Amino acid sequence: MAQTAQSLNHARPPEAGHSVKRHTGLMDWITTVDHKKIAILYLWAGGLFFGIGGLEAILIRIQLIKPMNTFLDAQTFNELITMHGTTMIFLGVMPVIFALMNAVIPLQIGARDVAFPFLNALGFWTFLFGGLLLNLSWIMGGAPDAGWTSYTPLSTSTYSATHGVDFYTIGLQIAGLGTLIGGINFLATIITMRAPGMSYMRMPMFAWTTFITSAIILFAFPAITVGLVLLTFDRILGANFFEVGAGGNPVLWQHIFWIFGHPEVYILILPAFGIISEVIPTFARKRLFGYSSMVFATILIAFLGFMVWAHHMFTTGLGPVANALFSVSTMLIAVPTGIKIFNWLFTMWGGQVRFTTPNLFAVGFIPTFTMGGVTGVMLASAPADFQFHDTYFVVAHFHYVIVGGLVLGLFAGLHYWWPKMFGRMLDEGLGKWTFWTFIIGFHMTFFVQHFLGLMGMQRRVFTYLPNQQFDLLNLISTIGAGLMGVGMLFFLTNIFLTSRKPADAADDPWEDGRTLEWTIPSPPPEYNFKQTPLVRGIDAFWKEKTAGHKGMTPSEPVGSIHMPSATILPFLMSVGIFIAGLGFMFSRDTFSSDALSFLFNNYIVTGLGLLITFGSMLMRSLFDDHGWHIEPEELEGR
Amino acid sequence: MTTAHAEAVKGTLPHEPEKATLEGRNKVLAFWLFLGGEAVLFGTLFATFLALRNQTNDGPSANELFHLPLVAAATFLLLVSSLTSVFAIQAMHRNRPALLRSWLLVTVVLGAAFLGLEIYEFSEYVRHEKFGMTTSAFSSAFYTLVGFHGAHVAFGILWISVLIGQLVRKGLTVVTAPKIYVSAMYWHFIDVVWVFIFTVVYLLGKVG
Amino acid sequence: MMKTWQAGKRLLPLTATLGLILAGCGREDLSVLRPQGPAAESSFDLMKLAITIMIVVLLIVFSIAAYVLIRFRRKPGQREIPEQVEGNFKLEVLWTVIPLILVVVLAVPTVKAVFAAGNDHSDDKNAIKVKVTGHQYWWEFEYTDYGVKTAQDLVIPAGKDIAFELSTADVLHSFWVPSLAGKMDTNPDGTINRFSFSAPNEGVYRGKCAELCGPSHGFMEFKVKSVSDAEFEQWLASMKSPAVLPEDPELAKKFRSACLTCHAVGDQGVAMGPNLTGLGSRESVAGILLNDDTGVDGAPILDNLKTWLHDPQSVKPGNRMPDPKKDLGLTDEEIDGIAEYLAGYTLD
Repeated sequence: MAQTAQSLNHARPPEAGHSVKRHTGLMDWITTVDHKKIAILYLWAGGLFFGIGGLEAILIRIQLIKPMNTFLDAQTFNELITMHGTTMIFLGVMPVIFALMNAVIPLQIGARDVAFPFLNALGFWTFLFGGLLLNLSWIMGGAPDAGWTSYTPLSTSTYSATHGVDFYTIGLQIAGLGTLIGGINFLATIITMRAPGMSYMRMPMFAWTTFITSAIILFAFPAITVGLVLLTFDRILGANFFEVGAGGNPVLWQHIFWIFGHPEVYILILPAFGIISEVIPTFARKRLFGYSSMVFATILIAFLGFMVWAHHMFTTGLGPVANALFSVSTMLIAVPTGIKIFNWLFTMWGGQVRFTTPNLFAVGFIPTFTMGGVTGVMLASAPADFQFHDTYFVVAHFHYVIVGGLVLGLFAGLHYWWPKMFGRMLDEGLGKWTFWTFIIGFHMTFFVQHFLGLMGMQRRVFTYLPNQQFDLLNLISTIGAGLMGVGMLFFLTNIFLTSRKPADAADDPWEDGRTLEWTIPSPPPEYNFKQTPLVRGIDAFWKEKTAGHKGMTPSEPVGSIHMPSATILPFLMSVGIFIAGLGFMFSRDTFSSDALSFLFNNYIVTGLGLLITFGSMLMRSLFDDHGWHIEPEELEGR
Repeated sequence: MTTAHAEAVKGTLPHEPEKATLEGRNKVLAFWLFLGGEAVLFGTLFATFLALRNQTNDGPSANELFHLPLVAAATFLLLVSSLTSVFAIQAMHRNRPALLRSWLLVTVVLGAAFLGLEIYEFSEYVRHEKFGMTTSAFSSAFYTLVGFHGAHVAFGILWISVLIGQLVRKGLTVVTAPKIYVSAMYWHFIDVVWVFIFTVVYLLGKVG
Repeated sequence: MMKTWQAGKRLLPLTATLGLILAGCGREDLSVLRPQGPAAESSFDLMKLAITIMIVVLLIVFSIAAYVLIRFRRKPGQREIPEQVEGNFKLEVLWTVIPLILVVVLAVPTVKAVFAAGNDHSDDKNAIKVKVTGHQYWWEFEYTDYGVKTAQDLVIPAGKDIAFELSTADVLHSFWVPSLAGKMDTNPDGTINRFSFSAPNEGVYRGKCAELCGPSHGFMEFKVKSVSDAEFEQWLASMKSPAVLPEDPELAKKFRSACLTCHAVGDQGVAMGPNLTGLGSRESVAGILLNDDTGVDGAPILDNLKTWLHDPQSVKPGNRMPDPKKDLGLTDEEIDGIAEYLAGYTLD
């Protein structure tokens, strides 16, 4: 992984003349605190998990291609759906979002790095080790099988006896820690690191959505942290939170899960809104229509996102009052979302729309996401949801939102910023093949699922009886999934072929760049901006361009630039947590070897892991990082 | 990052040394944010506790279990430690490292005493009242909520101790000052959480 | 408010057309789109209203999108800068207010229907009370007023309101008969749900478990048989009549020792597994092997029983029944004998 990333990122600033020890090769990637490299790490790790999740999806669809299929057994199928959902949401799309945030946000706000480069690295490594831990379950006795929502009591040790759900709780706990750290980091970065002149209302929309997303992360993730702790304690320490016989309450899990889970949906979709709001104006050569209402709508969506969680629980039996309230509050979210859709359309109105690959994805996003949005409003109506809930209608809805919304947005963003990240333009021809196969495959897969749900097919069934009129629609759905897979292959081919081309992307490769990231080289030097730019309006670069300037006006003279030192501590801390988690998970097991039993059952492995983590923290605290400087002569290229 | 770096501002210490550098200001801001997340974390734990507090499963109930004098003493210790941590920050702002160290030390000692009482309390419950993690939903919720707080106190004690060590070695600088300030914020936060625990868990447990 | 209702009225013809189109979708005894009772009807009405509104929204968005994408493409050689429009207050208010009105149009009937669905008929003297218990992976139906328990086939009198009390014996399940009503979860003690539906027309409807409950979640199906009042009374009576045991005394002994330690027939046996009284009259074996002598939807009941009893795990993976051969030591002949006995155990 690191090798490929290395070859893609060959263009680096001059190396000579540093007093600091510079790592190369693998060590460079393990110790880096540079947000641009961390972005690439997030991208490859996210891509890896996205690939795993995609393969799981293909297996699921093959099993459902015909009635009473025996391709997979029931247990494996349940493990696959659980891992598909969990992997895609927590380990697939979230890291790719973080990849784009890391690659773009500091550049867009005119900063030289994020507020906390060390924490940035820590966030990545905890996410990665959490994800690896979760996926280890496949080879260590069985994956989790209680669905990505892990409803109790099915997920308690009584009904899910393997370690699968332990991998889920502890893996997600560790990965979630990384996300939380990332969220705090971006909040602080956007609050304090903006270039002079960049007021909040001059920030690019992607920076705004990142800001709001990070705030949602901060207030939503601690809830799932607690939920996972409770489930872990029930399973490993024998606690009784969800144990009905001892007074526990399984519905409590549903509340905690969805208090986190619904905001999580907005954590996923808001960054996509931001990306679309960058790509569409660029390729329409027009500023974003209704910028202020876009900001307002984003904040409103985030706010409402915290008070609609129980719409996932209409059939749990909360009573008419709760159902009515949550129905109406959910429907209200349609209003700010609608504002966004129309603002995008009217951004293009009167513009000069160019159909580059990123813009194809962005333009494809609008109708597709709207379809996911309107089914969302339909689901909000509780009495109708009694029918929709837990059927393929819901499966279709959330895939329209997450794949048709977020993933199309991510594709748009990746094609758009790829030259900035790697210095190479992705091939436009292959990009268009990717788009058409993916989006046609997508609609084939999921449009028919609306009808499957309405015709009585519930979700999470490993097979179904014939003669229910489900057969043809399922077949179409599976073929569509294959086509989406082909789209992914086009994308991977594109990446591979592009990596072999010379890195010759211009600073502003799309020619109509509007924001600060397009004012600096592709890829940017490790200090990003030689001189911090002065921002004189919204779409800072575009403003200078229309004023006839070639670049930004600097806000400071050329001077020595302070850089943070590379460090291996974030990596070590994450390794420590990984070991501790694994140790805790097996602390109640009996092993064939006495030595192993001794190590695990007395929490020695757990303790060792925590020792590594806290020891690394202590090192970080005791030894100040003075960093190093890039001198003006070096900046001028001597 | 270029301008306000630590090395550039050595020498005389500004009035609020924790906010003298960009790193320092970032640290304080991010810590406020972190405490926001912590508030949600404890909020969820409180909600869980409130949902399960009457599910005693034939085990001891809150009313049978709690002895207020012991808890009141612990509360007093922790509240005073919060006050001494205020004194520590005042000493820092007046640039008196020795006094700062002493107040931090008092804070740590009071925190340790609180933790000692809590461990004693828990062990009494387990040994004499047959009230363990697995007894009932109430017991699980109690140990998790109060235990989470206890773990926070323990971490705070270790953290502030390490900072005292750093003060001794490095003195009060624009690097150490934000760390001390932030640790004081943390300590106050734990204190506030305890006030809620005392009210919701212990007082409410005795009355309701 | 006036505007709201007018908008609602204008949608009516579209709603009606839509209803006709959607009614072509799916089996009458299974599809949400072909409601067979008032509860499903109410959900479907809301659905039609919502779909209509949403199609209008989609048409507007798609038309604007299509127009913009065709009209405002960048032409070759086009170099001049388009006018940079900041926004348009009137337009923005327009597309804030219109969605808000649409939401109100949908929200008002939603809230009404929510409270209507809240009537669970639990203290209605005329309603038939049924206690539904979900098990991994079968359904138990107890007619509390009549002291009758059965499994897999829920027999109800047509047109009567049925007051359900839903609970589970293990994990969460969800009780769903798409053509009759929406679903409701079966929760453990402490969070038990009640709801109600009725089936005005006689017939057999398919029911499913809609909450992931383990490997055989997809096979946790059941049937609702809506019958006339007279048939219902007769069914109750024959359910309460004394148990019929296998005629062969050896087989009867085996049946007692191997089967009745978990199952019950009539007044005999233990109520741990599904009640077997009158199994020969049921619509399915184990909920998933459909009894159909024509062979279209399933197989004759005897074949189904043999399939099930010879290897229950292959039919419903993860189910709790011991394997008759491996765990209970029954011979192939005994299994076939029991299958024949059960297939012949019908209610008149």
